[in-house]
Amino acid sequence: MAPRSLRAVARHLSRTECEQIAKRVLEFSKADECRVSINSGVRANTRFAVNQISTAGDNYNNSVSIRSVFGKKVANVTINRLDEASLRLAVENSERIARLAPDDPELMPELGPQTYDEPIVWNDATASLEPELRAEAVRAITERSRAAGLVSTGYLEAQAQAFAIANSAGLFAYQRSTGVAFTTTVRTPDGTGSGWAGASDNDFTRIKPVELAERAIEKARRSINPAAVEPGRYTVVLEPTAAANLVQLIGGALNARNADEGRSFFSKAGGGNKIGEKVVDERVTLVSDPLDPRVPANTAGGDGTPARRVTWIQNGVVRDLAYDRFWAQRMGRQPSGTAGTLRMDGGDSSLEDMIASTERGLLVTRFWYIRPVDPRTILFTGLTRDGTFLIENGRVTRPVKNLRYNESPIFMLNNLQAMGRPERVSASESGGPGQAIMIPAMKIRDFTFTSTSDAI
Amino acid sequence: MSSSRREFLQQSAAAAAAIGIITADRANAAPLSQSQPTGQSDHRELALRAIDAARGAGAQYADCRISSARSQNIGTRERRVTNIGDNETFGFGVRVLVDGCWGFAASADVTADEVARVARQAVAQARANRAAMVRPVEMAPTDPVPNGVWRSPARIDPFTVAIEDKAAYLLEANAAALDAGARFVNSQMFFLKDEKTFASTLGTVTQQTIMRAQPGMTVTMVSADNRDFQTRQSTDIQPKGLGYEHVLDADLKRHAARWVEEARQKLTAKPVEVGRYDLVLHPTHLWLTIHEAIAHPTELDRAYGYEANYAGTSFLAPPEDFLGKFRYGPDFMNVLADRSAPGSLSACGWDDEGVAPEDFYIVKDGMFVDYQTTREQAMWLDAWYKSRNMPTRSHGCSYAQTWADVQFQRMPNVNLLPGEQDLVWDDLIAATENGIAIIGDGSFSIDQQRYNAQFGGQLFYEVKNGKITGMLKDVAYQIRTPEFWNAMDMIGGRRSYELGGAFGDGKGQPAQSNAVSHGCPPTRHKQVNVINTGRNA
Repeated sequence: MAPRSLRAVARHLSRTECEQIAKRVLEFSKADECRVSINSGVRANTRFAVNQISTAGDNYNNSVSIRSVFGKKVANVTINRLDEASLRLAVENSERIARLAPDDPELMPELGPQTYDEPIVWNDATASLEPELRAEAVRAITERSRAAGLVSTGYLEAQAQAFAIANSAGLFAYQRSTGVAFTTTVRTPDGTGSGWAGASDNDFTRIKPVELAERAIEKARRSINPAAVEPGRYTVVLEPTAAANLVQLIGGALNARNADEGRSFFSKAGGGNKIGEKVVDERVTLVSDPLDPRVPANTAGGDGTPARRVTWIQNGVVRDLAYDRFWAQRMGRQPSGTAGTLRMDGGDSSLEDMIASTERGLLVTRFWYIRPVDPRTILFTGLTRDGTFLIENGRVTRPVKNLRYNESPIFMLNNLQAMGRPERVSASESGGPGQAIMIPAMKIRDFTFTSTSDAI
Repeated sequence: MSSSRREFLQQSAAAAAAIGIITADRANAAPLSQSQPTGQSDHRELALRAIDAARGAGAQYADCRISSARSQNIGTRERRVTNIGDNETFGFGVRVLVDGCWGFAASADVTADEVARVARQAVAQARANRAAMVRPVEMAPTDPVPNGVWRSPARIDPFTVAIEDKAAYLLEANAAALDAGARFVNSQMFFLKDEKTFASTLGTVTQQTIMRAQPGMTVTMVSADNRDFQTRQSTDIQPKGLGYEHVLDADLKRHAARWVEEARQKLTAKPVEVGRYDLVLHPTHLWLTIHEAIAHPTELDRAYGYEANYAGTSFLAPPEDFLGKFRYGPDFMNVLADRSAPGSLSACGWDDEGVAPEDFYIVKDGMFVDYQTTREQAMWLDAWYKSRNMPTRSHGCSYAQTWADVQFQRMPNVNLLPGEQDLVWDDLIAATENGIAIIGDGSFSIDQQRYNAQFGGQLFYEVKNGKITGMLKDVAYQIRTPEFWNAMDMIGGRRSYELGGAFGDGKGQPAQSNAVSHGCPPTRHKQVNVINTGRNA
């Protein structure tokens, strides 16, 4: 295998190439305003099932989105071809469609040149994760599972992407990002036990395949032949992934306009929103920060707004909601320019401490098929999966059958008892890199389970 | 599953070919970009070049899909167009089999040099994967199709309809909702036209044009004190494998006032009391329950553990314990899979490995008899098919969402067939003493083996002594799949059969969206567990 320095970095458009494409598009443009957004890069993946690689693929793609504005009329056209004739035609099409569009009274003028912090989200090791290296990482899991008499399934995906934005008002930004996720589910051959482990990062070297293998194998073994427990309210110790599965749902409910319009949990009775109100336990602080070294993100947003550090909830109090440029102007706020990442501050309890202090409760590895039930309370339903255990008198005593919950992260964070140190987790259901999230394990009282499941 | 849960699609056969696509007129008939080879004959040459290059590099089997897909969405709220987006993506993917191991690579540069390079890359990929191989892939035979052509039965190509007409359609529908008192209204339309060329080393070359259309509206009402809000989504209107005529037929404007009234009623509806009820389920609701609790667990790759890390496995495993032995439901329960129903989302002439799909029973007279398969997977059931004197052939369930994704097993349309008695919705209501009638799909969640599911809906009605007596809210029902279908005691007849469906059927890693329709009549299920989902914030 070639030394790392000789390996090819995944294909993507360079800053110079993006500048040239943007220049060309803006030259073609006859609109009052024009914006061009360029994405390019590789998504590389290796899947494995039944202890062998099942499929793998590398795909390179690029896209150019052109937004043309005439007065208050606007339209977007996206293509994935970069030749001059295609770009010219795409500009013409976006202009033709825009001219036919009704006026948009909420249209905001394009931003002028912006200053962006240098993003810290690119990693060469992730960007050069070729098939052989991915297969080697996968074998660390498949071979251990086979040796243990177990059956592993899983997924490794690495992304390396370049993003550029330019407009007729002189704005230009070019940023590159990488992301990688590696997850595995290890089952017993007779299907009576199942264990999961996963990790996500921007830097592949921080992901440890052997550790993932050992964690999933141990959970598979410990979860064999689970017993049913009655549904109801339980104290739960949520591993960081399980905590993230639910806490990240708050991120989807932060839209300021929905709150101001009375159709959100963050709407205030009688009108307005809950900024300034305490909604969860005072130990809860939720932040998005593109320059957080463990959960970094690009610093240029999709419309060119610089991403900044936003504190959504501080010590349990709502400090900010997500404002787009129009609603921010209307309400006298700053546009959020959010990075789409999430960090929740933690405490100093270890997972062992939380278990030891629990008389009767459940230890949860992760949740699955999480879907909204009632947006008024951010109530979701879903199930535990791949490692659910009973805690009795301070000890994990036996595996239990999976349970369906109907619960809200808001209620949950009001019932917070203890937290561990935050960890970067893989919390997207589909196993892709997803949203970067850093979160502690936590102990919650009165968590609502409504039925049991026979699924293993 | 996956975020939005609605997605894409495909369409239907003989009728389709006869009808063809009529171009309507005007503004955006021109292609978005120019470098697209004008005739699909160019695509054919490039696809053949790709598979030749793969064979030359050592592949025993190769296929190539070249796709030019155009999509368009228009979104509005109240009296404003919030989004007009037109998207075109063009590229190809090459899949190869080398010594029993798959490799796949894809690229957006559709040129003679690049198709050959990517084909070799796919071969190299397969060789890298060999190191972890335990069992080589074998594929069931299929007949070559040297010159296949298929088109969706769309009458009006949406990309020939002017943007201003589409915007006006939505804004007029919104105006009708606002006139009826809607506090907020969002509406949108989405279209896809995918022109795909497929070639394989078996000598198959097919060219298909697949179209999908989905108009929709959501009405929101907010209580006077800002403490409650309720929505009504236009689930009466389902996505179809059709063209712009589906939008015209849907006529959102005509329905808008009723949806507003229903959303308003939801604000003052009675919270449901938890308990066991007989449920009467409308086709606009039931299609999703069929999707989750019949279509997914009968995917063969799930039964063999291939999706264990995301979509999950199946309670119908191992297959030898269930095929021909498991009672899914009562004798009158018949589940038929197809990719042929005109206007359905999964309809096509050939699947993404060149197999002509067939209609096949999954449940026959209440018994579970077959899984969904691809060429690779059909071989796994060789013994079962031989025991039934059936050929070991793929059911034609291979699909990839775009050129950039590898094809794998995806569900076809999976339909619950109507009963023999000529019963309709009102007959089921009239026969019910103490129940809840549910219209429209809502919240949904099911475990990774498809046992335990929970479903909400759009509208819930209390049924007493054969009559609807009022609206309920905060209703969700929880099921265990085998008990739920075996508790089905009434089923509508042919007249009450409708097609529902979704653009967002998620599966696979990386997650891919499939589009499928599910046809069904209304049904009644005895004594199902109902919970109340309302909590105070």
